[in-house]
Amino acid sequence: MKRRKFDVAAVPGKAAGGVDDRFQVATPLRKLLNKVFPDHWSFLLGEIALFSFVVLLLTGVFLTFFYEPAMTEVVYNGSYAPLRGTPMSAAYASSLDISFDVRGGLIMRQMHHWSALLFMAAIVVHMMRIFFTGAFRKPRETNWIIGSLLFWVGFLAGFSGYSLPDDGLSGTGLRIASGIMLSIPVIGSWVTSSIFGGEFPGEIIISRFFIAHVLLIPGLLVALISAHLGLVFKQKHTQWPGPGRTNENVVGERMFPRYALKQGGFFMVVFGVIALMGGLFQINPIWYFGPYEAWVVSAASQPDWYVMFLDGSTRLMPAWEINIPIGNGYVIPPLFWPTVVLPGILVGLSTLYPFVEARQLKDYRHHNLLQRPRDVPARTAVGAMAVAFYIVLTLSGANDVIADKFHISLNAMTWAGRIGLLIVPPLAYYVTYRICLGLQQHDREVLAHGVETGIIRRLPDGRFEEVHQPLSAADGHGHAELDYVGWVVPKKMNRLGALGPAIRGFFYPIEKPVEAPVSPGHPPVEPRPERAEIGSGESRR
Amino acid sequence: MSTQTEQHAPQGREPLDVHDPRLSRFDIVTEGARRDDIEIVHYEEQVVPGSKAERRLTRTVAAMFLLTGLAATAFLVVYIWWPWEYEPGRGGDKWYTPLLGLTLGVALLGVGFGILTWGKKLLPKEVSIQDRHDGPGSSEDRKITGETMLYLADEMGVRRRPLLGVSLVAGLLPVGAVAAAPLIGGLISNPHKNNQMFTTGFAPAEGKKIRLVREDGRPIRPADVSAGGQLTVFPGIEHGVSNKHADSPTLLIHLRETDAEKSRQANSRVGHGDYMWGNYAAYSKICTHAGCPASLYEQQTNRLLCPCHQSQFLITDNARPVFGPASRRLPQLPIEVDEEGFFVAKSDYTETVGPDFWERP
Repeated sequence: MKRRKFDVAAVPGKAAGGVDDRFQVATPLRKLLNKVFPDHWSFLLGEIALFSFVVLLLTGVFLTFFYEPAMTEVVYNGSYAPLRGTPMSAAYASSLDISFDVRGGLIMRQMHHWSALLFMAAIVVHMMRIFFTGAFRKPRETNWIIGSLLFWVGFLAGFSGYSLPDDGLSGTGLRIASGIMLSIPVIGSWVTSSIFGGEFPGEIIISRFFIAHVLLIPGLLVALISAHLGLVFKQKHTQWPGPGRTNENVVGERMFPRYALKQGGFFMVVFGVIALMGGLFQINPIWYFGPYEAWVVSAASQPDWYVMFLDGSTRLMPAWEINIPIGNGYVIPPLFWPTVVLPGILVGLSTLYPFVEARQLKDYRHHNLLQRPRDVPARTAVGAMAVAFYIVLTLSGANDVIADKFHISLNAMTWAGRIGLLIVPPLAYYVTYRICLGLQQHDREVLAHGVETGIIRRLPDGRFEEVHQPLSAADGHGHAELDYVGWVVPKKMNRLGALGPAIRGFFYPIEKPVEAPVSPGHPPVEPRPERAEIGSGESRR
Repeated sequence: MSTQTEQHAPQGREPLDVHDPRLSRFDIVTEGARRDDIEIVHYEEQVVPGSKAERRLTRTVAAMFLLTGLAATAFLVVYIWWPWEYEPGRGGDKWYTPLLGLTLGVALLGVGFGILTWGKKLLPKEVSIQDRHDGPGSSEDRKITGETMLYLADEMGVRRRPLLGVSLVAGLLPVGAVAAAPLIGGLISNPHKNNQMFTTGFAPAEGKKIRLVREDGRPIRPADVSAGGQLTVFPGIEHGVSNKHADSPTLLIHLRETDAEKSRQANSRVGHGDYMWGNYAAYSKICTHAGCPASLYEQQTNRLLCPCHQSQFLITDNARPVFGPASRRLPQLPIEVDEEGFFVAKSDYTETVGPDFWERP
């Protein structure tokens, strides 16, 4: 038998050919490898949320191996001495075991909690980026709605997970949640009793929250995140205006290799930061809170940060009870408004906003170019108003801690929150609007007159004036006004390249400092030899 | 410095023959990009191959990767050999989690920043322009798709045979209900079973009044609570001191003489004249706002504060809410002392305990 020669170098090519024979991947793969992504630091915020979600899945799966979702009463007999002999639910006992008796369990628990907090924070900041730059406009309204839903589903994921350890703090949160459900008119008591399997706390809620937290809600999150990313991919990313960038193109880098490498590196960095936080910063030390007992609570019981705005709204709500005198009488408790109606309004407002704005401006065109917040003062001001509203509520969610630490009357804090909630947002609107106009004006001024040089000139008649460096050569009439193109206007001399970076090097100068130019426009006394050769201005030798 | 700057190719340019052996690999890449409507307009090496800068960057990236290996090994060493079992005091086990976090974090940051440096500094920079093609489909395509779908409806003949559509909907609606029924039917639970929303553990059982007990189950004599003091009490029944009776925790307060007088007057105003026993009054500890235990009692002002949402109740005025979001007073438990000298509840609460709800009378 003749031995055929085996050519190792040809193997990948042949294998690839074989794959393409069967699945016809060459063309789609080329399209994927070549897809162009625009780049800007603000486009990475959503990715922090995505990467935290991956960490959540990884650490969460680990936790399920040790967590026992049961409210059966057991007597704790683990390593943590102060709680030994205490009757508690199996859920709390197993959470303590994860913290003390599972090797490396505590860091997993803390990484899980930190990444949940980071997930929500990244969602909020990403959402603000989308809002303030107008990235939600047609054709991306659907993705904006999916994004808003992701916040609320993430909120549910966070709350259901927060309740699982069944410690003193989370049990109190759960009881408030049951109070919130009870407050819903007509069906409240039925909803609560159906979810809790009877009167609070019942014996089943932890197992129900568990399956919601590990299956139903993550499933929904995965589905929504996939749709979110799929739409970004299909509709292509928005980009900032700039040289060569139009509404019809994408200017950036091809996805592979550089863009993908940067993504991979960034994922590792996010993962690493979460690991550092999980190891070094304590979060939710459930062993200090003890098991949940309906009669125990302590001051400064705060929920996770993303729930605090609802806690705040609940604290600020005046005691307005609506009585309906029919039959035995019916009640709409004050708790209903800040915890059920307010979130409902917020969901409605955020989902409808793109359509409201389009209708207001009669603008139904496609928008792929982002807007600088200053260029749309009304939207920016509305956004600032929403942020102010959120901040007042969140601070009010911690008003007892603020009152305690700063020795302010608690009742004064509540009143400050009530009044602040009404006057701070409009104030934020006004101030933001003025700031936007001011920034716009300054941009136009620089385009018309040039950059401030910091050089003061004395005129023959004794007046002083500052010398401006025009951004373009003057036309015949001595005017050099440029059009504003929706992107950063250089406002400092070194942005124009008039001066290089003063000194290179981190600890000590790598080369001697650049000589200052004699006067603007003049070349430096000793021009650096390599400057002439640099292509993009950022190359290294 | 190798800088390749391509010009915008005129539209309708002949595609290159990619099998031409004279083409470089980059030529083929550029051609592939063009076929995806991508123009690589700027492509520039950031470091000159073989230059000092390249060697320095390579060393930096390699150092980061090696740091990762080192930190990951350290993680394993700590994980396996560091004492991790919890011991009271300031033992080495307290460093276990921080060390794991530190080593894992450094390992991941090392590989992360290594890859970032590799990608950002060593790879060529480029500017590519891709057409979006996000306009609507051509009017012809829209027409064709629309007509196809309408034809589909024609083929089905729903308009000619309306009975089919109606009967299908009529048939499927109950199927939807069938899907929902087990879920709702299984979960639904009557909130008014055993009148549970309106009774607590203090409801007299078989005509016997229920004792007030401490957290450890011992009954309470009046002398156990000094004037101005207060105590959390529970129904003296099985599981009375547990979450099974989450609506029953009660605050027993021994008021000072003048406060007690005020309190008695306030009691009689609302027809609760005999709810107190001597200078002792008992109020539900479960806040009428959201159900937290209202547990911060201020002796001087006789105010009870709920730490969750800062509702404040004035004990000497029937525990009326005087500040915060609560709108309803804390229910009062009528108490007396039995023949053995222990506190008992005369009856169950006469008002609904806990957070408010729609059908509360």
